[in-house]
Amino acid sequence: MDTRRHFLKGVLAGGAAVAGAVAAPEVCARETHTRPPEGLGLLYDATLCVGCKACVAACKEANNNPPEFSTEDHLWDTPLDTSGYTFNLIKMYRNGTMETKDAEVNGYAFMKTSCMHCADPSCVSACPVSAMLKDPVTGIVSYNPDACVGCRYCVAACPFGIPKYQYDSPTGKIGKCELCRHRYKDGHYSACAEVCPTGATLYGKTSDLLAEAKRRLALKPGSTTTYPRGRLDGPDQSWEGPVGNYIQHVYGETEYGGTQVLKLSAVTFEKVGMPNLPPHSSAATSEGIQHSLYGGLVLPVVALGALSFIAKRTVKHDDEANSDEEKQP
Amino acid sequence: MKQHAHAWPAPVGGSLLNAATLTCGILIAIMLTILLVRFVFGLATVANVNDGYSWGIWVVVDVMIGSALACGGFSVALLVYIFNRGEYHPLVRPALLGSLFGYTLAGGGIFIDLGRWWNFWHIFWPSYSNPNSVMFEVAVCVTAYILVMWIEFSPVFLEKFGKRDFKKKLNKWLFFFIALGVLLPMMHQSSLGTMLVVMGGQVNPLWQTPAVPLIYLLTAIVIGYGVVLFEACVAAAAYRRSIEMHLLNPLSKIMLGVLGLYLVVRVVDLSVRGAWGDAFAFSGVAMSFWIENLAFIAPFFLIGSAQARRNPANLFLAGLAIMVGGILLRLNGFLIGYNTGPGWNYFPSLAEIMVTVGMFAIEVMGYIIITKRFPVLPREDAQVTHS
Repeated sequence: MDTRRHFLKGVLAGGAAVAGAVAAPEVCARETHTRPPEGLGLLYDATLCVGCKACVAACKEANNNPPEFSTEDHLWDTPLDTSGYTFNLIKMYRNGTMETKDAEVNGYAFMKTSCMHCADPSCVSACPVSAMLKDPVTGIVSYNPDACVGCRYCVAACPFGIPKYQYDSPTGKIGKCELCRHRYKDGHYSACAEVCPTGATLYGKTSDLLAEAKRRLALKPGSTTTYPRGRLDGPDQSWEGPVGNYIQHVYGETEYGGTQVLKLSAVTFEKVGMPNLPPHSSAATSEGIQHSLYGGLVLPVVALGALSFIAKRTVKHDDEANSDEEKQP
Repeated sequence: MKQHAHAWPAPVGGSLLNAATLTCGILIAIMLTILLVRFVFGLATVANVNDGYSWGIWVVVDVMIGSALACGGFSVALLVYIFNRGEYHPLVRPALLGSLFGYTLAGGGIFIDLGRWWNFWHIFWPSYSNPNSVMFEVAVCVTAYILVMWIEFSPVFLEKFGKRDFKKKLNKWLFFFIALGVLLPMMHQSSLGTMLVVMGGQVNPLWQTPAVPLIYLLTAIVIGYGVVLFEACVAAAAYRRSIEMHLLNPLSKIMLGVLGLYLVVRVVDLSVRGAWGDAFAFSGVAMSFWIENLAFIAPFFLIGSAQARRNPANLFLAGLAIMVGGILLRLNGFLIGYNTGPGWNYFPSLAEIMVTVGMFAIEVMGYIIITKRFPVLPREDAQVTHS
């Protein structure tokens, strides 16, 4: 009976220790990362988008991706979602008679789907081999196939469903938007923004893009304003157009600590496929738990010491008991 | 300190060629054929995994569940060496053998699922490693544990081949490997749960919680005891040996204790986070939640009384119930309660299932071969009491 009581005490003490360790992350969880000050990104304004999909085609070309077919005749590129071979897509919201653009009821609206380049990306936190990295200056979330082991934890982790894997290939890679970082050295920028005829997709520093987004939200719906096209700090290609009936929210300003791609829409963001995310990133929670338990390997080493001490005593006793027995037969 | 005279392990003996090993052989051959296709033509040719459910049963069943079911060795070692309950020593080797196979195959399961498997060594290479990644911690810990288990189990081979000197040297350091063998599973079994955290709101609140490491750790320990009960009953039936009731009976009581602690943690966590709403939603996910937890509660009804515990059938069913609960807890978190939005669904293909079946066939075949030829199970004639 005595040993049982000891055992139960041990279980309770052990349980309490683990419970304490698990409760700790709530207290000392790491802060959610914020956008780097010079971070680059895009502003997508759904009210300006005409659904021409020039950006989808340009993205394919810039990333050297093959067409994907969803129709029987296989005439042109018709992907239904982003994939390991499609990094950018314009999706459509439809409701009822679809009469009015950007109306939630009996209307339709467009939404761009591509990497949001999070301030605190889940994919970067998840990747065990640093194949997903966030550039400390540009903030671009990049992918390195030479490092990647293909575990697809990034695919599972991303709240936007962005990193995608090429399942049809024995040497498949992860595919995702890297903001055309490979085109910068030739003076180019994100192909989607470069070709957008209405400036619905605009390239620039996220801090500038955020200011531009807030300027638009402050305008009176239906009034006229100037819309830049291409890149914010580039040559003037602006045009004048009517102000949309915006939802008063810049998507990406605070979600998961902020994203470098920002979005404006006249239809509720959840309805056009953008998830409702808290300001605290799941990467911060996850790493908070990990570092509380394993930071500097302090807890594991202490635990190993204690366990070794206990095991040494019990193994010794057990050995004596066994050697007695071995003599018997 | 108490001393325990217990049955010394001995090979079971008998022919290796029988219906069970033959069936396993065929299943393994089917698995190898499917894997050949997978490695030549890519994952999509055999598996239904997709970008909404990038992890299918090869990860969730072979690795998450396979390793949890392989916690027998860890749970029994915790009892025998840490809580000094030497009377359970005869259970150590059979439990450790089950764990050894379960974990080695969990490692194999990860490998066949890796899309860029030739880079797998990057996980252990400092310039690539990402200590922020929960998966990095799991991978390193699991690999270390597999090595530690082979060392812990090596006395079995050393005895068989009469390397007594080496065994003596190893025995001096065995305590350290035993300590590692208790610590490492505590680390990675809890982290297997933490892997859900970064997935955020995609995981149903019933399984998405900062307490998930504790939930996975406690269930891993309970599953360990459940598997020992299950395995002991199956081994006794298959080899026509008597059931070690004098050990299993008190063990099942300890199991109930840890299980009770787990259920308290689970209820408190769900209440504190106010997550009960999802449990009462009219959905398959909610139903799966209730089946999972009914399976965890069932042992209290099956073996709650001393009289019920005396019946081996009840012990077997209680062990089975806990395995079902543990399996569902993991399936629910990673697949059933994991939702990446409309349009995505996953159900394993026949080929995927056959590979998982083949993995378990390797385990069964290995268990049979090793228990028949090496000293693992307690010697039958040395049994002292039967209840």
